[in-house]
Amino acid sequence: MTWHRKILRVNLTKGTCETEPLNMEWAKLYLGSRGLASKYLYEEIDPKVDPIAPDNKLILATGPLTGTSASTSGRYVAVTKGALTGAIACSNSGGFFGAELKFAGYDMLILEGRAKEPVYLMINDDDVRILPADKLWGKSVWETEEWIKKTHQDPLIRVASIGVAGETGSKYACIVNDLHRAAGRSGVGTVMGSKNLKAVAVRGTTGVKVENPREFMQVAQATKTDLKESAFTNGLTQYGTQGVTSVINATGIYPTRNHQQVQFEGADKIGGEAMFEVRETDGRTNMVRNSACFGCTIACGRVSVIDPNHFSVKDKPQYHNASGGLEYESSWAMGGDCGIDDLEALTYANFICNEQGMDTISFGASLAAAMELYERGYITDKETGGLKLKFGSAEALVEAVELAGKGEGFGKDLGLGSKLLCEKYGHPEVAMTVKGQEFAAYDPRGAQGMSLAYATSNRGACHLRGYTIAVEIFGVGTKLDPLTTEGKAEITKLAQDTTSAVDSTGLCMFPNFAWTLDQYQQLVQADSEGDWSMEKMMELGERVWNLERLFNNKAGLTTADDTLPKRLLETPAETGVGKGLVALLDKMLPEYYELRGWTPDGQPSNDTIKRLNV
Amino acid sequence: MKHVIVGAGPAGVVASGILRKLRAEDEILLIGGEPEPPYSRMAIPYYLIGNVKEEGTYLKTDADHYKKHRIDYLQAQVTKIDPKKKELHLESGKTAGYDKLLLATGAFPIRPPVPGIEDPDITGCWTLADARLIAKRCKKGTKVLQMGAGFIGCIIMEAIAATGVELTIVEMGDRMVPRMMNETCGNLIKRWCEKKGITVHTSTQVTKIEKRKDKKPRYLIHTKDGQQLEADLIIASTGVAPALDYLKGSGVETDGGILINEHMETSVADIYAAGDCAKGRDFSTGGYEVQAIQPTATEHGRIAAQNMAGVQTPHPGSLNMNVLDTVGLISSSFGQWMGVEGGDHAELLDEENFRYLRLEFKDDVLVGAQALGLTQHVGVLRGLIQTETHLGPWKEKLKSDPTQLMSAYLAKAQAQTLP
Amino acid sequence: MQKSLNIDPNKCTGCLQCEMACAYELEGSFNPAHSRIKIFHFEEQGRFVPYTCTQCAEAWCLHACPVDAIKMDATTGAKVVDEATCVGCKVCTIACPFGTVNYNQSSGKVIKCDLCGGDPACAKACPTEAITYVDANWTGLDKMREWAAKTDTGTTTAAAKPSAPAGH
Ligand SMILES: Cc1cc2nc3c(=O)[nH]c(=O)nc-3n(C[C@H](O)[C@H](O)[C@H](O)COP(=O)(O)OP(=O)(O)OC[C@H]3O[C@@H](n4cnc5c(N)ncnc54)[C@H](O)[C@@H]3O)c2cc1C
Ligand code: SF4
Ligand code: SF4
Repeated sequence: MTWHRKILRVNLTKGTCETEPLNMEWAKLYLGSRGLASKYLYEEIDPKVDPIAPDNKLILATGPLTGTSASTSGRYVAVTKGALTGAIACSNSGGFFGAELKFAGYDMLILEGRAKEPVYLMINDDDVRILPADKLWGKSVWETEEWIKKTHQDPLIRVASIGVAGETGSKYACIVNDLHRAAGRSGVGTVMGSKNLKAVAVRGTTGVKVENPREFMQVAQATKTDLKESAFTNGLTQYGTQGVTSVINATGIYPTRNHQQVQFEGADKIGGEAMFEVRETDGRTNMVRNSACFGCTIACGRVSVIDPNHFSVKDKPQYHNASGGLEYESSWAMGGDCGIDDLEALTYANFICNEQGMDTISFGASLAAAMELYERGYITDKETGGLKLKFGSAEALVEAVELAGKGEGFGKDLGLGSKLLCEKYGHPEVAMTVKGQEFAAYDPRGAQGMSLAYATSNRGACHLRGYTIAVEIFGVGTKLDPLTTEGKAEITKLAQDTTSAVDSTGLCMFPNFAWTLDQYQQLVQADSEGDWSMEKMMELGERVWNLERLFNNKAGLTTADDTLPKRLLETPAETGVGKGLVALLDKMLPEYYELRGWTPDGQPSNDTIKRLNV
Repeated sequence: MKHVIVGAGPAGVVASGILRKLRAEDEILLIGGEPEPPYSRMAIPYYLIGNVKEEGTYLKTDADHYKKHRIDYLQAQVTKIDPKKKELHLESGKTAGYDKLLLATGAFPIRPPVPGIEDPDITGCWTLADARLIAKRCKKGTKVLQMGAGFIGCIIMEAIAATGVELTIVEMGDRMVPRMMNETCGNLIKRWCEKKGITVHTSTQVTKIEKRKDKKPRYLIHTKDGQQLEADLIIASTGVAPALDYLKGSGVETDGGILINEHMETSVADIYAAGDCAKGRDFSTGGYEVQAIQPTATEHGRIAAQNMAGVQTPHPGSLNMNVLDTVGLISSSFGQWMGVEGGDHAELLDEENFRYLRLEFKDDVLVGAQALGLTQHVGVLRGLIQTETHLGPWKEKLKSDPTQLMSAYLAKAQAQTLP
Repeated sequence: MQKSLNIDPNKCTGCLQCEMACAYELEGSFNPAHSRIKIFHFEEQGRFVPYTCTQCAEAWCLHACPVDAIKMDATTGAKVVDEATCVGCKVCTIACPFGTVNYNQSSGKVIKCDLCGGDPACAKACPTEAITYVDANWTGLDKMREWAAKTDTGTTTAAAKPSAPAGH
């Protein structure tokens, strides 16, 4: 049980859909989801492949706990070589699609090749078909989902699709499922688009069984109780991830105006609490209610409604209904990082990102970079097509998001992502990226662990590859001084390994605010056959991390890519806890390599590879 | 007080139960004309397939049910009714008196006037006895010709096909189930059957049946469009008519069915009628007609019994509705599925996957529906029609996407959304 | 006092723990497709509505069944499908005006809520108390019931003004 032990392999070039047994040797080493899918990718493609070439593969994978009654069991990952980064990409998404894929009887879906014409994949348990998507190409994610459900006459079909951004080659296109849940980062949607695959639709009715039902139900219940009793997860229920806005800003690690400042004067207007403020214009609040992903007892999701009088939607009644609301990183990237404090405009931009399938972080940060280019005079109205890219301009955001979503005008440039955009206009130093991927909403100068976590993240700058913020700022479990480098290599490694293990279970990371790896371990053990002791789980995490590293090294990435933009390394923060500090990466990196058992040039040593059985 | 119920099908049996509930002390006599415990015709297909034994078709699972509830069950044919004496005549020559009488004699199969059809070996598929015969005759490879692909014809087809016979259908109408589904849907069902290896001839009819002594298959069947078909076994599923023979001279008025009023009373005092033999009130039209379906039979039985027990209960009308499983393809139709004048409709077709959904509206009220391949929450179609729920803005939504049915229902019929 | 499932859509987050619990209780696997309780999502309003059989007094399904496969559980009041008896004719699925009896093609039988014998798994699994199992007169199901009466073909009138002594 646990694993269906079945993979669906779809070759879009040949038009074939075949099932094959899951490699159980690998499953015992890599568990599922992120770990196992990465292993398949590592074994099956040449890491040097062009991400948008047919030879790249896109894997949508569930974990052993996906589709069970463990809390937060709705997740899946999209693993591929990232179009934005050229590194291994693993984007994780909630919603309902992942569980449905599992219910259809598959642990994993491997997508290969490239279809001649746009297609979508329809999976009805064993009945798998590649169908023409001529009627869908050019349509948004929202229209696509609606069309598929209606055409197949089943409102319970779950869909993961790309919007126009993914069709037109935006580098940070994401795969959106269930209207507003996204496998967001690194351009996994771009890869999907390059395969001429518009959508994957699933309806599953086979169900999921666990190895030790009695024990499993007990652990599932107890761990849900842990979530219910934790202040951290309760905070998520109430304010979503948006709840951290005020703390992060007050601490002074809230990157502002493309990381030129670390505190944003308008942060309170766009944070979690602001979403509950009654609007004068229509008497409603931005926040409608919280909502859950499949099986999630936290329900951090925001459902929002935009003020119908707001300029962004005034003549667009189609956006007057409720839809997925702002999440912290999105609110920050399109808000603080662009100096914009207009909650309604941000909500609108968020809707459009969902609708057209764009990563909110990369889009927001790319716009922030463009704004800096514009304000510094590196680009002008000529390049922007008249867009006045001023920091703080909600109008600019609204226009930009529409253009980027469709890949039109300056939107095409924005779709390049910060790195290529800034390079194009001769100012690479303006791009705030690691390995081509934009930062998340934490400035590392005031949380030194994040310097290392960002620089060494296998998928480029990211907060979800080692969230040292948890211990440096929130004090989850222990509290470390955010300003020092001491012990940070160790904590970063621990966070990275733990997250890798968690991401391989099929559950969400957020319970980790209330749980330790212990709870995940207990669930995996009760759910899955074999030995999944704590020791094994930690080893699993480390193994996955090293495998990803090996992939990247083979793809041509080196220690030179384990770095941060100059601005963070050389310009001290002006305010906040980290005032006067730069990111002290150099102090930590060698120690980190050593702790990892890597050579000074960042290669996992033979001993490490052997010890971990990578 | 003595209640007599003639007919031990669903209408009669439901009535007997309700009477017992409401009238603890009264005498109840239930008369069935077949040599079996009261059973359900509807279950015959499942008996044929072998899903259930004969007992599985019985209307009550508990063998002692009738005894326990002090319902006397008599196997006998009623030949005559004498309302003056308040008496029934039985085939055996005996008589039985009543104070209140319920006629629930159902229907019997009819056959078209085709030369050769009177052959005693040509069977219907209406009674348990028929079913036994068919079960015995249908072997793997047997050539079976079924006349008629109406509602019942389609249901038994699955059972017959499942026995592994070579099945051919001849239907007069231009499609299958012409009285329950429109062309699009009826033809999809036809295509489905053909896909499942059944030969279907529509828009034609059997004109002559020859029985050959020396040659196998035994029957040579001529059709109107000039074909000659062969069969070892012929099953006639060419319609039914209410069983009324025994009413001659009783004064109980009939007109293609027993005429009743909204309290299920016939033209003769203290005589009620229910089920397939009665022209009951139709919910959609308000007129009176024979619906010949199970849910209506039980509804009739219940309401008739209440009236007989002195609980004045008007019958607001039964909704004509059917659900059909044709060799695995599930279809259903409700109310005015053919639409109404000045009405409006929503339609969604997925031919390749045999999915179809059509909704018929009058103003913003659902009045009829047809569905192919729908198995979840089908009942709300009935709910919406019968409560005459005003759909308001949901009507337009349904017109653009009829699969939003359940949402429309929850929003409007259950007031489960915000205004 | 008989108990009923009390449903409060305002509290529902749409997590489907109830659907999993239901399928698990009845079939031993996590399989929302076979859940007897379903959550309906009104995307445009951000609203989730749990929905299942109200064990209505009219019991349309029970009366329509031709083979007596649906019986009333005397202690819970639930209308329960006896799988062994059900022949899968689906008449109950069109008879129930609430649409809460569904045909399960894989088993060839119908499925509906049976209140888990008086300890409903959905209510236990719901993390927000959107589904609770409480004394029947608290449930505010009146609206639904009232509505049910509209589909009526006689029973409610009968229940309202009996003119003869009722049996057992
Ligand atoms: C194969 C088959 C499948 C069907 N499938 C469906 C279906 O899926 N859905 C649906 O809604 N309907 C279906 N029906 C129709 C449904 O069975 C009838 O509508 C229902 O049986 C009508 O019930 P009733 O009580 O009015 O009559 P019947 O069930 O016909 O019962 C009549 C009773 O009266 C007795 N009787 C008749 N004349 C006399 C007499 N003179 N003296 C004494 N007793 C007499 C008979 O012996 C019998 O006991 C099906 C019918 C058949 C044959
Ligand atoms: S399934 Fe429908 S008819 Fe049966 S008890 Fe429940 S609500 Fe009533
Ligand atoms: S499907 Fe089963 S429970 Fe429903 S009416 Fe038919 S036999 Fe009875």
